[in-house]
Amino acid sequence: MARLKYASDMDKSVLLNNFETRGWVPVGPDDDWNFYWANVQSIRNVFSIDCGFRLTDDQVISHFPNHVELTRKDLMVKNIKRYRKDLDKEGNPLAEKDENGRYIHLDFIPQTFMLPADYNLFVEEFRKNPNTTWIMKPCGKARGVGIFLVNKLSQLKKWSRDSKTSNFTPPTSKDTYVISKYIDNPLLIGGKKFDLRLYVLVTSFRPLKCYLFRLGFARFCTVKYNASINELDNMFVHLTNVSIQKQGDDYNNVHGGKWTVQNLRLFLEGTRGKEVTDRLFDEMQWQIVHSLKAVAGGISNDRHCFECYGYDIIIDDNLKPWLIEVNASPSLTSTTSSDRIMKYKLINDVINIVIPPGQVPDVRWNKIPAKEHLGNFDVLYDEELAQQDVMGGDPRKLGPGTFRGKRDGSRPSPATWK
Amino acid sequence: MGDSNYSKAYIQTLIDELKTSKIYTDLQCAAQVEIAKPTLRLSELKKGVLNGLVNSGWDRKLRNAIYRFLQTHPKLQFPSPPPEHLKEPLVFLRKAQQAWEKRILKSLNSMCTDLNIPLARKRPEKEQKEWAQKWTELGIDGPVHFEKTEPKDASVKDLSQFRPVYAPKDFLEVIIGLQNPNYHGSDTPGFYHLWGIVQVPLKVKDIDELRLQYSDMSINQCQSGIDDAQDIPSELFEQERVKLGKKVINTNHGPLAQEFSKKGCPTSMRATLWCQILAVELDEIDILYYEQLKTNVLQHDLLVDSLLYKDVKLTATNDDQYFVFEDFLYQVLLPFSRDTYVLNHFDYNSASPPKSYIRGRLGMDEFAVNYPPNGVIPFHGFAMYVAPMCFLYKETITLYYVFREMYVRYFFRLHSISSHPQGIVGLSLLFESLLQTHESDLFFHLKSVGCQPLKVAFKWLVRAFSGYLSSDQVLLLWDRVLAYNSLEILAVLAVAIFSFRKTNLMKVQSYNAAEAVLADLTTLQVIPLIQLSLFSK
Repeated sequence: MARLKYASDMDKSVLLNNFETRGWVPVGPDDDWNFYWANVQSIRNVFSIDCGFRLTDDQVISHFPNHVELTRKDLMVKNIKRYRKDLDKEGNPLAEKDENGRYIHLDFIPQTFMLPADYNLFVEEFRKNPNTTWIMKPCGKARGVGIFLVNKLSQLKKWSRDSKTSNFTPPTSKDTYVISKYIDNPLLIGGKKFDLRLYVLVTSFRPLKCYLFRLGFARFCTVKYNASINELDNMFVHLTNVSIQKQGDDYNNVHGGKWTVQNLRLFLEGTRGKEVTDRLFDEMQWQIVHSLKAVAGGISNDRHCFECYGYDIIIDDNLKPWLIEVNASPSLTSTTSSDRIMKYKLINDVINIVIPPGQVPDVRWNKIPAKEHLGNFDVLYDEELAQQDVMGGDPRKLGPGTFRGKRDGSRPSPATWK
Repeated sequence: MGDSNYSKAYIQTLIDELKTSKIYTDLQCAAQVEIAKPTLRLSELKKGVLNGLVNSGWDRKLRNAIYRFLQTHPKLQFPSPPPEHLKEPLVFLRKAQQAWEKRILKSLNSMCTDLNIPLARKRPEKEQKEWAQKWTELGIDGPVHFEKTEPKDASVKDLSQFRPVYAPKDFLEVIIGLQNPNYHGSDTPGFYHLWGIVQVPLKVKDIDELRLQYSDMSINQCQSGIDDAQDIPSELFEQERVKLGKKVINTNHGPLAQEFSKKGCPTSMRATLWCQILAVELDEIDILYYEQLKTNVLQHDLLVDSLLYKDVKLTATNDDQYFVFEDFLYQVLLPFSRDTYVLNHFDYNSASPPKSYIRGRLGMDEFAVNYPPNGVIPFHGFAMYVAPMCFLYKETITLYYVFREMYVRYFFRLHSISSHPQGIVGLSLLFESLLQTHESDLFFHLKSVGCQPLKVAFKWLVRAFSGYLSSDQVLLLWDRVLAYNSLEILAVLAVAIFSFRKTNLMKVQSYNAAEAVLADLTTLQVIPLIQLSLFSK
């Protein structure tokens, strides 16, 4: 068993327990580590032009250098919009639109504008439908900080002033916001709103190799959902972030408001039927893959990097999923004991996929993990294997994994995902 | 007609009951419609009307109504036994149940006096309005006064003083103490030597009878819950099963649904299949009835409400599988305790509804009322009977009727003392005898380290495993309870679990260690376990 050296910016037990079980040796980030679980600031240092350093072939690190293309709200939206336009220009059937101009297959983010840059465009859209609610999210923050709901233009006075100024200093990340159409018809279960947290591991962007963790969960609000105008300020009703819900009176420490994806699936299949549930889950996977393809061109595909993203998805009451955002550093704090077990398994499986167990990392390897190392991950999309398959090749191809692990004839075949 | 299975009196009862039910008037109306059809020939009046009724599905509905009657009315024997024998033929058990009931009622009354809360009171107008508004989110404040001036602490304090009237372990103590007065099992070991703690020698099935009964679950038969799992190609079983299931559902025939469910229900069909098996078909009268129950809840506050509220808060709200459905549980349990339809089941339940008296009229029969109105005093964990069904029905009203039917057919047996083979005493004895016969070394070892197996398994049986297994497994298990019309599978599963964890259990040296080995059942797959236990010795 190779005694690898690890560095970690975070003191989380789910990380450290995994390292210790493997008999790895802790070293500092400046030493010769094999495995570095870094936070986003360290990544900037490692890859910075001035003070960065070259990584050797036996070093892997837990972020891609410019992951912000996916994980910052404004950049994600920009990339997805550009991706769709490109597909449209080349006449790809994926970019097909309906009679209202909405994308049929690629409509997975709510309508979004950047502020202050797109303020006027936003106002035009807002005036078309003045009774809708929008959600304002600061670009550079996380965990629900700074988010508020808007249903009157007067609430955005600040940005209207900013957009009228004629100087061209680009706003800093502190000032930019995205404003998205608020999904005011979320699917409610037990009368409460929830969102989904799914973990996606990416080991390479070109070719795209991504894996979906089966043990995702739904985060429930503690308060019954109420779409009325009076409750727009009540963040307990609208925001599902655990950091916010934790402060509510009814927060429960035993379950933490978290429900497994399996229970969600059981409930939906039992109450709504298997076909629509399968379609929902397939669509979520479809959205994840396309969101990754949208940024694949722009992310620097450093072989030393892998990343475990936290995808946040909301399901509306038509059983359509919406991609809300992607987190580069999903929380590894455990709120309940089941949570701790799940996150431990997550890190365990991530490590096993990134470094085949018992070996020293070698970034030149083909990055095709053996089936028994996947653990609770399913292969979501492996572009390399999919291409081989088209050319009549590799019998080891696992196929775009679905939650069901088998192909459903009604889904588009892998070929259309290129 | 010469049907030897059913006596004339039984058939007459059936006909009488049908005549008083809605289906009779519906059939009459439908027959009128048939007669009015111009295509009908006078010479073939009877045949034509019958054919017309059959074609429009009425014979199916009638069959379902008869099926429902058969399920709930056991065949009468001749000479017909007195009513208390229908409830419970063995006198000593009847007496034990009555004594237990007295204890429960005494406990309830003393809680009442201690906390100075009436068993029932009418709600003031303002409170009724508040309740009506908060009906779908009772989880927040619950049955405490909604006056805004009251500080939050006061309401919390109120609830903490309520204790559940009893918990399964109290009930177990009573069962252990049951003794047949005609039978001396004491010092001299008789021919019938029981290792376990249930001392009542009831007749229970042995493994061969169980194998016959559950033969559709044998290992060589594909089952929903194993063979339609995600990683198995669906052509092998799942597709055919789903196709067959759709056909079964379309015929809308109770016995057919029941037969189909013997191999488990596909998840998306379970809700409909259960409704068909339990003959739950909602019409406007049922909807009105539920609304009436809801009004009763709004108008009167019962002490039992606080007990139910506390039970939900202690069990389902803390359960990471069921906490989502908290509000639904109140919307089912509170009306349930006012539903006098439930009183009917006391005809065949050894228990009797507790009686209470109008204030100041203690002991005077004219002023006696059933308390609670449905005669069922909840105990710790009662809410868990409802919780798994929340995965099937998102309209509370369907959930309500399905739960009610499940309760009056099956769940009531799990907390009353009776000699019925599916009563909790019978199930406990079945569990012990199966374990003693087929895992004698395990039983003996556990007994010698001070752990009677029933002491661990009892709570599983009382709750029909709800809250101990993961939710999909509970549903698969309850599929079989409905399909085979028997709770005996609960005892079989309990034995299977002990067998499965035998290696670790043989190493334990104390009761606590044994409990720890059996504490977490959420990873278990029940159907393979049952199959192994029944069919692979």
